Amino acid sequence: MLNGEPRRQEESTALLLRGVRKSFADVVAVDHLDLEVARAECFGLLGPNGAGKTTTIEICEGLTAPDEGRVELLGLNWRSGAGELRQRIGVQLQETQFPEKLTVEEVLRLFRSFFRRGIPVEESIQSAQLEEKRGARVGTLSGGQKQRLAMACALVGDPELLFLDEPTTGLDPQARRHLWDLVDRLKQAGRTIILTTHYMEEAERLCDRVAIMDHGRVLALGSPQQLIASVGGEHIVEFAISGHESGDGAADAALLSAIPGVHSHRSDAGLHQLSVRELHIAVPRIFAELTRQGLHLSEFRTHSATLEDVFMRLTGRNLRDE
Amino acid sequence: MNKLQRSSLYQLSIMRFRLTLREPEAIFWVFIFPILLAVGLGIAFRNRPADVLQVAATRPQLTRALAADKGLTATTMDEPAGSRALASGSILLLAIQQPDGVAYRYDDTNPDARTARLLADRAIQTAAGRRDAVSSEDQHIHEPGARYIDFVVPGLLGMNLMGSAIWGMGFSIVEARQKKLLKRMVASPMPRWQYLASYLISRLALLVLEVVAFLGFARLIFAVPFRGSLWQLALLCVLASLSFSALGLLVSSRAKTMEAASGLMNLVMLPMWILSGVFFSASRFPAVIQPIVRALPLTAAIDTLRGNMLQGMNMGQMFAPIAILLAWVAVPFAVSLRIFRWR
Repeated sequence: MLNGEPRRQEESTALLLRGVRKSFADVVAVDHLDLEVARAECFGLLGPNGAGKTTTIEICEGLTAPDEGRVELLGLNWRSGAGELRQRIGVQLQETQFPEKLTVEEVLRLFRSFFRRGIPVEESIQSAQLEEKRGARVGTLSGGQKQRLAMACALVGDPELLFLDEPTTGLDPQARRHLWDLVDRLKQAGRTIILTTHYMEEAERLCDRVAIMDHGRVLALGSPQQLIASVGGEHIVEFAISGHESGDGAADAALLSAIPGVHSHRSDAGLHQLSVRELHIAVPRIFAELTRQGLHLSEFRTHSATLEDVFMRLTGRNLRDE
Repeated sequence: MNKLQRSSLYQLSIMRFRLTLREPEAIFWVFIFPILLAVGLGIAFRNRPADVLQVAATRPQLTRALAADKGLTATTMDEPAGSRALASGSILLLAIQQPDGVAYRYDDTNPDARTARLLADRAIQTAAGRRDAVSSEDQHIHEPGARYIDFVVPGLLGMNLMGSAIWGMGFSIVEARQKKLLKRMVASPMPRWQYLASYLISRLALLVLEVVAFLGFARLIFAVPFRGSLWQLALLCVLASLSFSALGLLVSSRAKTMEAASGLMNLVMLPMWILSGVFFSASRFPAVIQPIVRALPLTAAIDTLRGNMLQGMNMGQMFAPIAILLAWVAVPFAVSLRIFRWR
């Protein structure tokens, strides 16, 4: 190994997990996980509840000790560099409730006092757009404002690496978009962000790369575009069948998959899903094939393929069914 | 921001202080409740002329003899009516005229009834012509320092120090754990010892207000004496509060829910409310359990407070209870630092 190697790795890699495993009682929460996140990257852990996302991110944050495996952040590890790491990372946990009777400014002043260096409290209030709520007690804030306060607490130490655990869970759509804008600005500023979510649109919108997790394992890893492309089509055609002229049963899966332009087929509770690349070519052929088989449609719709479809392809389940 | 305001220990302590003051219930229990209790007890046990006891007799001439005593009021009733009055507690004693003298019917387990028996017999014997063999006179004591209120104020102070420390620590630590705030704190670079130390610092700051308010009230209204040195009294309050805080920390070091915590707190405090001599002297308990009674931090705290306030003892004379309090600071604190659950 060259002398310069570890140094170069520290410069380019923000987070490195190798063979990380953690079980609680007899449940394996994280199963031999390998991950690598580059600096200035926004990396997402996507998966249903119970997939092991929170355990993974808490292992990264040094809150949970892994049973085995290597964890390195910014070239440091939690055993020897905990004090230094705490100063250099920012953390937003799932469902932290700050004391209701403190004001926004008091909470931020408190968190600022823990860091040797960081941004002025005033600046963190501005970046979280909480100027009007500066003197308001935490108990009077809306869900979105509380979440932005949690974000501001994570940012007040000017961290090199930011962890966000389900930052928008439980927020209404407007508050969610507001938070996404905040994350966008952090990305543009070149900060490394690692977030967990079970909203595929959030992962698609925010993340440069996404790891799809289920049962403590990474099922797929790549940019949202790559992952969607791996489904084999950019569009999903969904339809349901109400009746059959000859009455000999449901649609023939093999024949549907054989339609030119259709990449794959699956059916779930009477709903057929086909992934296709070019809608304008595939759809007429699908109609023709269904007519040929003498099938009547009760539903027909199409949408652009999403990470949700990727997850469904990989696991046979919906992200939100859990 | 100046240097002090940038220090995390200052920020943590001021946060705790603010949170306590912004909790109206806490203000009530810490400041108002002990004063109300002292007022209530002061009224109940105020020094008033000795009670006039209700008695009855079966013959008018006996009634007249009884009524001649200042300590008795007497009525005439026949025996069945008198028995009913005894049973209902409206009279303490019934004097029954017998062919060869007088019979007294009363409950000898009731101290007031026994007093009534003595007074009634004296009144009847005097009316019949008995003369005292030895002349006697009464000297009454009503001076401050020997009254019940003087005894109970140090007890209430000790109880209040215990309650505010254990409740104050316990509920807020468990709440912070339940709301995942503890976990969030340890995910930041905050030094953990500072978090726990901030509780002690804000507790001591509140202690000043609490003790001054309570003792000031007791001094102004009841003229409770302070016979020992005031700075030693302050030191004893600090020591007692630290030992109860350490106990509060221990009680809340693992509990995950408010219910569990409040059960534990009551389990810890209940024996002390009963055994530690808040309202009556702890030496009334049997000798077998005295070692346990003496080892309780509230007993030690109240003993030192009474020693200082009522007997004017200095700390050197109260070595044993002070050593017990110090042990109650060190042991629970050390244990809870080891077993404290941060998440």
